[in-house]
Amino acid sequence: MNKRTATLLAILGVALAALPAFAGNYVLSVATLILYLAFAGQAWNVMMGFAGQLSLGHSLYVGVAAYVAGGLFFHYGIGPWAGLWLAMLACVLIGAAIGFLAFRFGISGVYFALLTIAFAEFTRIGFDHLGWTGGPGGMFLKVAQRDQIDLLNFRGPPAMYYYTMLVLAAGAFALCAWLLKSRAGYYWQAIRENEEAAQALGINTFRWKMIAVMISSAMTAVAGVFFAFYYNNLFPEQIFHISRSIEIILGPIIGGVGTLFGPILGAAVLTVLGDAITELLAVLGWEIPGVKQVFYGVVLLAVIMFVPNGIWPALARRLGLGK
Amino acid sequence: MMLAVSGVSKSFRGLKAVARASFEVGEGSIVGLIGPNGAGKTTMFNMVAGVYAPDEGTIAFQGHPIAGLRPDQVCAAGIGRTFQVVKPFAGLSVLDNVIVGALQRSKDVPSARRLAAGIVDKLGLGAKAGLPASALTLPDRKRLEVARALATRPRLLLLDEVMAGLRPTECDQMVEVFRELNRAEGLTILLIEHVMRAVMALAQRIVVLNYGQIIARGAPDEVVRNPAVLECYLGEEAEV
Repeated sequence: MNKRTATLLAILGVALAALPAFAGNYVLSVATLILYLAFAGQAWNVMMGFAGQLSLGHSLYVGVAAYVAGGLFFHYGIGPWAGLWLAMLACVLIGAAIGFLAFRFGISGVYFALLTIAFAEFTRIGFDHLGWTGGPGGMFLKVAQRDQIDLLNFRGPPAMYYYTMLVLAAGAFALCAWLLKSRAGYYWQAIRENEEAAQALGINTFRWKMIAVMISSAMTAVAGVFFAFYYNNLFPEQIFHISRSIEIILGPIIGGVGTLFGPILGAAVLTVLGDAITELLAVLGWEIPGVKQVFYGVVLLAVIMFVPNGIWPALARRLGLGK
Repeated sequence: MMLAVSGVSKSFRGLKAVARASFEVGEGSIVGLIGPNGAGKTTMFNMVAGVYAPDEGTIAFQGHPIAGLRPDQVCAAGIGRTFQVVKPFAGLSVLDNVIVGALQRSKDVPSARRLAAGIVDKLGLGAKAGLPASALTLPDRKRLEVARALATRPRLLLLDEVMAGLRPTECDQMVEVFRELNRAEGLTILLIEHVMRAVMALAQRIVVLNYGQIIARGAPDEVVRNPAVLECYLGEEAEV
């Protein structure tokens, strides 16, 4: 990271920290969503961007974590700070199981991606039949008063959720920056670029791929717990749906897979433009269902055609920033 | 004995790639493995390097059996290898490619970086250290293969046709690098090579494979006069 990048990062940090002082609830909710997607995208990026393992089923971890922490709160009043650890543990175990199955038997590339979809899908169907979580009818967490901050149970005004997400996104960024510079980062990138050569250089590729999956699933679990306590209602059809996984991975793909800023930039661009289009159409009085998805598709096409490595690498080159 | 291969065989769906091959590589020596295309040289290499487990026979490295170990375990034991078809980490810089190898012995990144920088310089890639590996020409990619393997600090280095595609002067430079490593650090080298110029300059002993079997072995000038070798492989090239 060079000096210009560090300056930019500092300005961005101050601006984001000051945002609630100026912004209304709507802007704050959009900003929270951006940070949420940036965080989840960062988590996905550890697996795909760093270690080259394509997951198309990250909604699995969001959903399981949301239901674990949400369920504990709903049934036993156990707050998210305790639930978080159990949720992370559950997700790490599931990630490890999927990773073990795939890597032990040499499943890679698109077949690995299919496996991740399969796990997310049958978990969705499983939760549809699980009484404890309310089945397809959903689970609803008690919404508390919005003007009081109850950190213990993670209930409070929009600014609290915003700041939580800001801290998480910043933490994920720092963690990923550190990982990428560490031995793990070198090993993962070597595996991503050429697994056979990586192994010949003494890297236990099975172990390091497992570590990538477990870190990624643990991080995504945090996003899932946030999701549960932010949106307060959980439906298997929504939370485990493949569109949730796609939503997570669009940011890093558009921003730049394997880069640190890509997930953040991608999430911001997609969310802001997507919402702008929805707003614009609302002002014009047109109602077109699915316009956001079409728009995402168009952006994805444009990125693939014009900046195939994502917006961030191209932008960084232009502005003379490091990667 | 650095490497002892005895009675090793490997078949691929009925095709016997290597049949009961035995040879040894003494500590500190340079041995050439030659033979026509399809003779089983690379299969032999891959068995030593842990890519394939032999169907029968044993492979011992410094007295310890290594047949059936994974490639990363073989590397950790002290055997470095290059690939005939180069496999650079295309998206990483030349230096980062070598750092990956260096991390095998020095677990922290700064010291791995220092080690890697020295090796990059030694292989003449210093000026290109910051370039992505994808930007390198084929001769440079061959050098990068060697640099990466050397960075793992092997006791035994397996070279799979690293001279192919190099110009004679580049080939001589590379030969000089290996001689120096052999002399100064006692690095043992087993090389597969078609460029006889390099084999003759480097190898103290040569093993000749044909149809998976070892048909000759010995000092280079003996081997190149061996009628069986001339017939199956060298032909008129023997004049080199």
